[in-house]
Amino acid sequence: MSRMRQIFRSYLLTELFRGLRITWAHLWKRKVTVQYPEEKTPQSPRFRGIHALRRYPNGEERCIACKLCEAVCPAAAITIEAGPRESDGTRRTTRYEIDMFKCIYCGFCEESCPVDSIVETRVFDYHFEKRGDNILTKEQLLAIGDRYEAEIAEDRAKDAKYR
Amino acid sequence: MIEIILDALIIGFKINLILLPLILAVAYTTFAERKLIGYMQLRLGPNRVGPKGWLQPIADVVKLLMKEIVIPSGSNKALFLIAPVLFIAPSFAAWAVIPFSAEMVLADINVGLLYILAMTSIAVYGVIIAGWASNSKYALLGSLRSASQIVSYEIAMGFALVAVLMASGSMNLGEIVKAQEGPFWHWYWIPLLPILVVFWVSGVAETNRAPFDLPEGESEIVAGFHVEYAGIGFALFFLAEYANMILISVLTALFFFGGWLNPFHGIPYLGSATEWVPGTIWLLLKAAWFLFMMIWLRATFPRYRYDQVMRLGWKVFIPVTVIWLIVLTFMIKAGVGPWFSGRGVL
Repeated sequence: MSRMRQIFRSYLLTELFRGLRITWAHLWKRKVTVQYPEEKTPQSPRFRGIHALRRYPNGEERCIACKLCEAVCPAAAITIEAGPRESDGTRRTTRYEIDMFKCIYCGFCEESCPVDSIVETRVFDYHFEKRGDNILTKEQLLAIGDRYEAEIAEDRAKDAKYR
Repeated sequence: MIEIILDALIIGFKINLILLPLILAVAYTTFAERKLIGYMQLRLGPNRVGPKGWLQPIADVVKLLMKEIVIPSGSNKALFLIAPVLFIAPSFAAWAVIPFSAEMVLADINVGLLYILAMTSIAVYGVIIAGWASNSKYALLGSLRSASQIVSYEIAMGFALVAVLMASGSMNLGEIVKAQEGPFWHWYWIPLLPILVVFWVSGVAETNRAPFDLPEGESEIVAGFHVEYAGIGFALFFLAEYANMILISVLTALFFFGGWLNPFHGIPYLGSATEWVPGTIWLLLKAAWFLFMMIWLRATFPRYRYDQVMRLGWKVFIPVTVIWLIVLTFMIKAGVGPWFSGRGVL
């Protein structure tokens, strides 16, 4: 009996018509496409995009070359060399580079940083034009930090009570 | 002498009158397909090039024309270059016998049905040659699949057309339509409903469309027989596939849905209100619906496995058509309904 019913069903193409009805209904539904450059999806304040090095409000760079980020980085993307700064002899980085091809955007560097210096910003749509551009130098990272400082500070403030 | 040249010019003009709109229709079928499938997947589809994306097919054509023609090393160069032409020529040539209205037909020949069958089958040579000449394992597998699939479904399709032939008593496509004269319940889709389904699905399989697009089989053989083609060669395969789609849609409208006939003919008020619509418009509307059906099928169904394709063709469609041929014989003998009263070959 069930065999008969199965034959009946398959020759009447009922399952196929059910499938067609679903796609027909979807044809008229509201579309969910986000038209990217004009529209963007909402981001969390914890979004992990391109990195930045921050400064204190007085313009002093935060990084004290403790190298915790270099140590914790699971992809070994961070390279730091440290030494006394020429002007006042304080311990600073002489070299701070992140290889963006190695980076996996895990955010461990940010979490490990005792002075909130290295952070990940919300910026995710960036590109490199030349080979070698993937290695961000200290100057570039500081420049990114300067450019997005307001946003970075706001996001840290929002997240502060959970940390 | 002058007359011959003049005749040739007129025929050439008519050919252009069919082919140029056809190529334009192909371009916009690709656009419609991308839009509709996008909509069915809750996406927007292409909407960047020109207003609402309407220039997308033009941009595609320009891109394909400007691309380099890559000829793979180890390929058979002559065959590699001639294969797209062999594929596209029959799909264009088949349009010669299509009656667009009672008078508008390029070649009003008596064996139109056979001609259509011949043209749709001969295209498989283009596929086989393309697959073999490419010197690529994927292309070869794709062409083998395509060949066996087209040959298998050709049989079911041929049988389905035998039913149409029996019902109408003619192989001339214009005569087939004229035999269905009357409002929409006079058309053959009612007495030949199973045949219609078989013909339609075989047509989808013949054009290598989803869910029968195994010759392309992106998931396992990349793009099948045309994997090595780029630029204009690929464009020709693409063009031919879509021209075949439109052809199958038009044929379905002609064989089962009264071609250019007004569906409301003879119905009070509605019939007289739609009498001014030219027959070509009706034909194109009917064909457009079947074209939409093809795209709809592609958006809905996953691809068949190869043994399932063969099983469907040989073990389902051919028996169904044969059984229905017998039923049809009795229907014609008994002069059933408005379809066979006093007609039929038996």
